[in-house]
Amino acid sequence: MNKLKFYLPVLGFVVVAIALWRGLYLDPKTLPSMLIDKPMPSFELISVDGKQVSNADLPPQIFLLNVWGSYCLPCLIEHPTLMRLTEAGDIPVVGVNYRDQQDLAIDWLEANGNPFSFSILDESGRFGIDLGVYGAPETYLVDENGVIRFRHVSVLDEAVWQEQFLPAIAELRAEGS
Amino acid sequence: MASSVTFSNSKMRLFAISLLFALCALSLPSSSYSQVDTFEFDTDQQQQRFRSLSDELRCPMCQNSSLSGSSGGVAEDLRREIHRMIMEGMSDAEIIQFMFERYGDFILFRPRLTAGTILLWFGPLLFLLIGAVIAFGIWRRARKISDDDAELDKAQQERLQQMLGDKS
Repeated sequence: MNKLKFYLPVLGFVVVAIALWRGLYLDPKTLPSMLIDKPMPSFELISVDGKQVSNADLPPQIFLLNVWGSYCLPCLIEHPTLMRLTEAGDIPVVGVNYRDQQDLAIDWLEANGNPFSFSILDESGRFGIDLGVYGAPETYLVDENGVIRFRHVSVLDEAVWQEQFLPAIAELRAEGS
Repeated sequence: MASSVTFSNSKMRLFAISLLFALCALSLPSSSYSQVDTFEFDTDQQQQRFRSLSDELRCPMCQNSSLSGSSGGVAEDLRREIHRMIMEGMSDAEIIQFMFERYGDFILFRPRLTAGTILLWFGPLLFLLIGAVIAFGIWRRARKISDDDAELDKAQQERLQQMLGDKS
């Protein structure tokens, strides 16, 4: 009994220390999205190339929704990955041009290449609010029913694609079949 | 000479204390940090609500500042949305609900009471209770040791005398 009394504080210390140690390595930027398992917010906007776009224009299969902007340097880092994915026909990517200017967005796509089926023009950031976006780049995985299933904040590079998106997509496919 | 030294010491201390106070005052959250409002309101009450809402909601991008104190892009957009909703006549609860649906508990500086946040809300109280139980235990045990227990019985007294006697 006395031994237990002696070890109880030590045990308490160990538990708290482990919890805090783990806490040191948590990324405070990865906030849970409120839109997981919710349908994509409805929109009727124009695309970067000036066409009317709405939810009806979204791909009928699993696709990525990538939030980008011409001012966004990390977007340039993930850009080759998005290009590779669409060029290989792996998955369609829809863009959300977030808090940007249409002419700058067009220039950016011309200079770097356009991986997007289309990019929703969200100059005011209002559509971004409905998505719960807090800054480019962010990438959402949307299933064939238009339901958001996964979100990744910050750069989507090959490693993130392999380690996070491929398993998530495999899970969705397994569910669907 | 000695008195002049003490005098400069006390002056120094006064200076140090005022410096400390000045630093504390500087570190207090002050409205001078908030972003300049360019929004127009019909009534002072609407403006007041705008201020308190944007102080109470957290900027999702910059994490440790409120919407009113952040120059981030999202914060700017969200302030504009708050203004729009106030002007459209939505209540504070409706506006907070709007933010919650999009950004979750994170955006609320005062999180809601849910299963996930119950420890956050009542954790301090729990620790206080644990402390109180421990303190009560110590106090009770201390009371049990009465003066009688602290006194030596006859045999012990004799032994003590013997030991002391041996030494002296």
